[in-house]
Amino acid sequence: MDWLGHFNYWVVIFLMMTGFYAVIARGNMVKIIIGLNIFQTSVFILFISAGKIIGASSPVLEKGVDLYSNPLPHVLILTAIVVGVATTAVGLALAVRVRENYGSIQDDQLTEEEDGEPHT
Amino acid sequence: MSILEWMPFSVLLPLLAAPVCALLPGRFLPWLLAMASVTASAVIMAFVLPEAVNEPMRYFFGDWPPPIGIEYRVDAVNAFIGLLIAVMGTVILPWGRISVNREVPQRQGLFYALFLLSFAGLMGITLTGDAFNVFVFLEISSLSTYVLVAQGRSRAAPLSAFRYLVMGTLGATFYLIGIGLIYIMTGTLNMVDLAERLPAVADSRAVQAAFAFIIVGIGLKLALFPLHRWLPGAYANAPSAVTVFLASTATKVAIYVLLRLVFTVFGIEFVRQMPFAEVFFVLGVIGILFASIWAIEQDNAKRLLAYSSVAQVGYMALAISFVSVAGISAGLVHMFNHALMKAALFMSVCTVIYQVGSPHISAFRGLGRQMPLTMLAFVLAGLSLIGVPLTVGFISKWLLIETAMADGNWFAVVVVLVGSLLAVMYIGKVAEAAWLRPAPEGREPVREAHPGLLVPMWILVAANFYFGIDTRLTVDVARRGAEMLMGGSP
Amino acid sequence: MKTNGILRVVTRFLIPLIMLFALYIQFHGEYSPGGGFQAGVIFAAAWILFALVFGLDEALAVVPAGAQKVLASIGVMLYATIGVLGVVLGGQFLEFTPLIPGSPQGAQQAGIVLVELGVGITVAAVVMLIYTLFADRLRVVADLTREEID
Repeated sequence: MDWLGHFNYWVVIFLMMTGFYAVIARGNMVKIIIGLNIFQTSVFILFISAGKIIGASSPVLEKGVDLYSNPLPHVLILTAIVVGVATTAVGLALAVRVRENYGSIQDDQLTEEEDGEPHT
Repeated sequence: MSILEWMPFSVLLPLLAAPVCALLPGRFLPWLLAMASVTASAVIMAFVLPEAVNEPMRYFFGDWPPPIGIEYRVDAVNAFIGLLIAVMGTVILPWGRISVNREVPQRQGLFYALFLLSFAGLMGITLTGDAFNVFVFLEISSLSTYVLVAQGRSRAAPLSAFRYLVMGTLGATFYLIGIGLIYIMTGTLNMVDLAERLPAVADSRAVQAAFAFIIVGIGLKLALFPLHRWLPGAYANAPSAVTVFLASTATKVAIYVLLRLVFTVFGIEFVRQMPFAEVFFVLGVIGILFASIWAIEQDNAKRLLAYSSVAQVGYMALAISFVSVAGISAGLVHMFNHALMKAALFMSVCTVIYQVGSPHISAFRGLGRQMPLTMLAFVLAGLSLIGVPLTVGFISKWLLIETAMADGNWFAVVVVLVGSLLAVMYIGKVAEAAWLRPAPEGREPVREAHPGLLVPMWILVAANFYFGIDTRLTVDVARRGAEMLMGGSP
Repeated sequence: MKTNGILRVVTRFLIPLIMLFALYIQFHGEYSPGGGFQAGVIFAAAWILFALVFGLDEALAVVPAGAQKVLASIGVMLYATIGVLGVVLGGQFLEFTPLIPGSPQGAQQAGIVLVELGVGITVAAVVMLIYTLFADRLRVVADLTREEID
């Protein structure tokens, strides 16, 4: 196998596992969100590196260039980045609310089952 | 304009109404706009279904045909699920208005805007024919759902929403990885093109890994055992209207995405090579048994029904695991029927919470005499969940058992029967408290709920019996849909 | 940070440049890398820099929170209007060719520029709104409790 030729996939796998571990370690909520971000970033790199064609120009019409990189993965990932930003914003906002309700953002120390009773 | 040109507006109307809704002041106007657009969506889908059953309808956005543009491709399955979601939305919104006034007193414009986004996202997932577009709509509906769940009044609502967000985002990203891998292998995102090009590369590890990523990703959204951990908290702590809407639509759409990708995109040959049927059979069986037992252990009625939902997802997984037209149509029918019965059950439990203020089963004592209509609705919908003849639950269990027997799989038959017995126990737990126990001393007498809460609930209970007797819509359309799914491209 | 002279001078110098760059990204997005998402974020970054240096109150005096909410919706509505216009003029949703009859190229250009403008407005407003909501959280909580007491 061509190990170095696929180095972009090794980067992707490394980032993916790093982010995934940070998420499932269930510690601080902010760390979980950072983990989610790293996890998503690995997927962005997977898509974008797949769109690159070695020796090709950027996909803008120009005279004398006939080999273009694939622009579609960039467009897809732009959408995914926006989704990631929105997820981060919602996640952090929820972490703020959890802090206000419980006084802590240690996810593994909080329980959601103690009450189903409305408290306000 | 022809019905084809109206078809995408079943997604676009709620999507476009959402920003307007966010700016509307007060309580009535946002609700009215939400109601109008969801009803319009349901009407459009009602006209789309008869056309789509015969031949798939295709709509090209911006008049760019695929593979350049995104197309909506609606066949019997999409139209069936789309109609189900839109009708459930239309029934739930009038019911929800009263409970939302109590639970989300301020900034209701934003609440209904989020509701519309969530609804439009689910409709979009159902109608689109583009695998990446599914991801976008999945995130539109999921993000708005996280925020809706966090609006619950209990202290734990933001925590449940946060955990749902983490699991949901992981699921969506897993799905995205899978789509990325098959895009790298085939160079297209259109589902029909994918179905044509995937068989040529079916032996590659990348495609097999993509299949696994997609299954796990959708499994998280689906709350398939053992990926269901987010579901009970999210259902138990969300505002009542959101719980009812989620329970009757969100997991159904995830099942649809699973069926569409597994059977249309990857194709039946590929699925037979992978250990798909075995995994779904085992997870389905464990899900039915364990989730039902957990449901019996719960003291919170909302949480009890949430675990019951996990068990019902197990039935659908079991039905799909037969990988046959009969099995998939049983799964589709159960999906429709479960939406009807679970919505009715959650509505009656949430009505009790609205009147009494507590979701604990101890608070249900003596309610049979004080709120007879609500508790009778609970018992009737519960009988449907158990699978008593003349109800929709009987139809889906009958189809499932018939499929299992045709397959010679007696173990599955036993599991379905045991699951029904367990359902008798957890439904009985609430019904017994309501009808046989005396009301706790010192509690103010509880009055029957407002008619605005009772009428939608009883419409759903009536539907539980109507579709249990007249199965033309459900069984025939589901069978046609299953044939379209299994017959390669729709 | 209001009192730090260097920050004040550098910020005043930078903000117009950032905004200009955002507009460049916005309106050249159709031929070169760029577009509404990126431009919106850069534009909002200029405002957030202003808020960081001169304080949230000063920044909210320029773009009030209410205006941010309205702008966020208006951007989506602009996008939607252009999309629906394609249907009204006899095409498909988001089809730009009918916008200017007889000039398909001009119509595509006009359509994509307007749609991206809608995206840019919404993204800029939403990013500002996210910043405002987080930075202003303590005051919002105080207001909410006051409303409940009232």
